Amino acid sequence: MPSNEVIQGLGLDDYKFGFVTDSEPVFKTRPGLDEEVVRQISARKDEPEWMLKRRLKALRIYEAKPMPQWGGDLSELEETLSRTYFYAKPQEQMERSWDDVPENIKETFERLGIPEAERKILAGVGAQYDSEMVYHSLKEEWESKGVIFDSIEDGLKNHPELFRKHFGTVIPAADNKFAALNSAVWSGGSFVYIPPGVQLETPLQAYFRVNQERLGQFERTLIIAGEGSRAHYIEGCTAPVYSTDSFHSGVIEIVVNRDAYFRYTTIQNWSNNMYNLVTQRALVQQGAHMEWLDGNLGSKLTMKYPSCYLMGEGAHGEILSIAYAGDGQHQDTGGKVIHVAPRTTSSIVSKSISKGTGRSSYRGLCKVYDGATHARSNVECDALLINETSRTDTFPYIEIDEKSATVGHEATVSKVGDEQLFYLMSRGMDEAEAMALIVRGFIEPIAKELPLEYAVELNRLIELEMEGSVG
Amino acid sequence: MDDSPILTVTGLEAGVADEDLDILKGVDLAIRPGEIHAIMGPNGSGKSTLAKVIAGHPEYEATDGSAEFNGEDLLEMEPDERAQAGVFMAFQYPVEIPGVSIANFMRTALQSRLEDGEELDLFDFQELLMERMELLDMDVSFAQRPVNDGFSGGEKKRNEILQMAVLKPSLAVMDETDSGLDIDALKIVAHGVNTLRQENPEMSVLLITHYQRILNHIVPDRVHVMMNGKIVESGGPEIALELEAQGYEEYRKAHAA
Ligand SMILES: Nc1ncnc2c1ncn2[C@@H]1O[C@H](COP(=O)(O)OP(=O)(O)OP(=O)(O)O)[C@@H](O)[C@H]1O
Ligand SMILES: [Mg+2]
Repeated sequence: MPSNEVIQGLGLDDYKFGFVTDSEPVFKTRPGLDEEVVRQISARKDEPEWMLKRRLKALRIYEAKPMPQWGGDLSELEETLSRTYFYAKPQEQMERSWDDVPENIKETFERLGIPEAERKILAGVGAQYDSEMVYHSLKEEWESKGVIFDSIEDGLKNHPELFRKHFGTVIPAADNKFAALNSAVWSGGSFVYIPPGVQLETPLQAYFRVNQERLGQFERTLIIAGEGSRAHYIEGCTAPVYSTDSFHSGVIEIVVNRDAYFRYTTIQNWSNNMYNLVTQRALVQQGAHMEWLDGNLGSKLTMKYPSCYLMGEGAHGEILSIAYAGDGQHQDTGGKVIHVAPRTTSSIVSKSISKGTGRSSYRGLCKVYDGATHARSNVECDALLINETSRTDTFPYIEIDEKSATVGHEATVSKVGDEQLFYLMSRGMDEAEAMALIVRGFIEPIAKELPLEYAVELNRLIELEMEGSVG
Repeated sequence: MDDSPILTVTGLEAGVADEDLDILKGVDLAIRPGEIHAIMGPNGSGKSTLAKVIAGHPEYEATDGSAEFNGEDLLEMEPDERAQAGVFMAFQYPVEIPGVSIANFMRTALQSRLEDGEELDLFDFQELLMERMELLDMDVSFAQRPVNDGFSGGEKKRNEILQMAVLKPSLAVMDETDSGLDIDALKIVAHGVNTLRQENPEMSVLLITHYQRILNHIVPDRVHVMMNGKIVESGGPEIALELEAQGYEEYRKAHAA
């Protein structure tokens, strides 16, 4: 486990590896957030003093950092933030009734065949998820192995030392403006610890962790995978998440210790008023293996680049991502791999689909430090455009300071061709079915990595989306 | 057997939509149930265009004349409606669909023919697909390969006939299926087509080819010669033999553009 200094030394704090361009500070004090609000949050959660100090420090960093000028269009975010209620007690958040959920969202749930109880949770109306039984038997199994799978609040309360040792070490508050914001006002999320050598067959699903806070606007997740452990964590769902909030800014930190294997799967489908700005990063130690499997659907703008810092010899990082940008949406996604140690390997496979006036951007960084001898990295990004008005672009950043490294990059853009559509229609499929089949084929290399029920849901979702794509 | 044609093409003129380009310049053709018609003709004479207009390719537009399928106005139907009504075209240049396995593709195609709410029986499907692959002497591993992706030229052609055998059309339009097939593969494909005809004696075939050889295996009732967007000669199988020996020179002289 590298110390804080090592990580700071890597330059995470000034976001050197980010995609920063020269920018004017555009920050103005907003009524929504001040020191008092942060103190209240901390007090409500009954936090130790050190955490309050961290939050306050993060707030100052947030205030000092300018709004990013790269990536997506954040010009309206300012206004959104000024309206944002930075902390609401969870109970208050849940006080929305099913009747308030827009019809189109209800209809989509209906068509996706999502059970009633789940629909309500997804829509944020807070009914209890009724698979508590399943959860309890799994929980017993996990507990017997010493696995901790808690809300982030309970993690801090019940495992203070472990928590403090790792919290903020992978993503310091100073990493970027939104990490700072999250560090100041975080609420909700998971705390996971897998003891050394423990191998879990069943994925840890955030879904099971019955907790109204799991859809928190400023969720924070901290995961520690012990030496030689093996586990898979799944978050999210392909059904649209309806929220009256229009800003989501999460931070996910993962420490993958020596020879451990960890996979983190997220699929999220935000309503299209949402700014979704998430920082997720893993530190991968010697011989360890980290995989991000990331699906981004919906939202107004998503900026999300899961990253792997390959700190120990032979560490491996993998990022598989699917982005779907519908009308008026912008998915600015990709991944970052940072090779610090010798013989580290990584791969990024990114697939995006743009429909209507949707836009998807691939933004990726591959950095190989001097001394990361024989590091190997491969990046493949493929974009599929459904309509003439759809848009895609690619921003690959490659910085290699090591001569023996090999880095490959391949990018393709394809359009759903008339010839392909006609071929499928000449076999009897209607246009929407044909389109959906082409799109499913396009994402198949990633979809096949998903747990079956997610893959099935994703397929159904694509079918629904394609019905709307044809005139 | 009802003797009214399954396909009646009358004075059909067609070109590329949105472009001032006439390709078909008055085609007449009538195919009765169970008949096999062959069309031969030089490169660029409009054979594939005719096939695509019959199948409903959106790139082409009929500007005059008519095409009826089982008494229905074919030109008014969407490509998928034509397929569901029983039209099948084996492509001259089959298209690659990356990430979609043959099995998934065929299953989706069959499912699309069912009523809403009706589910394809997966065991029946599996059985049908395996039986058809055997008929065409294809390795079972092909079922899991993405459609035409990385296939050799001959494999693509065989895959077209596999689809035809699974979908069981009443009118099969085969556009140069024989081009690119090796000698053994040609026999296997011909055997496949003949088996389908035995199963359904009313199945009609419109077979576009440059070579007489396939017609030894799939014996045509009528052979047509297409020149410059028109059918300029029709007759029995002997026409194919003549063409094989003499080429199109005679026709070229008689029907210069
Ligand atoms: N989409 C198109 N745009 C422009 N010209 C076209 C288009 N489609 C066909 N043509 C032209 O129409 C003519 C007939 O083409 P078609 O493909 O029907 O010929 P064919 O008889 O099938 O030839 P071959 O034996 O080489 O397959 C050719 O001159 C071709 O270039
Ligand atoms: Mg042709």
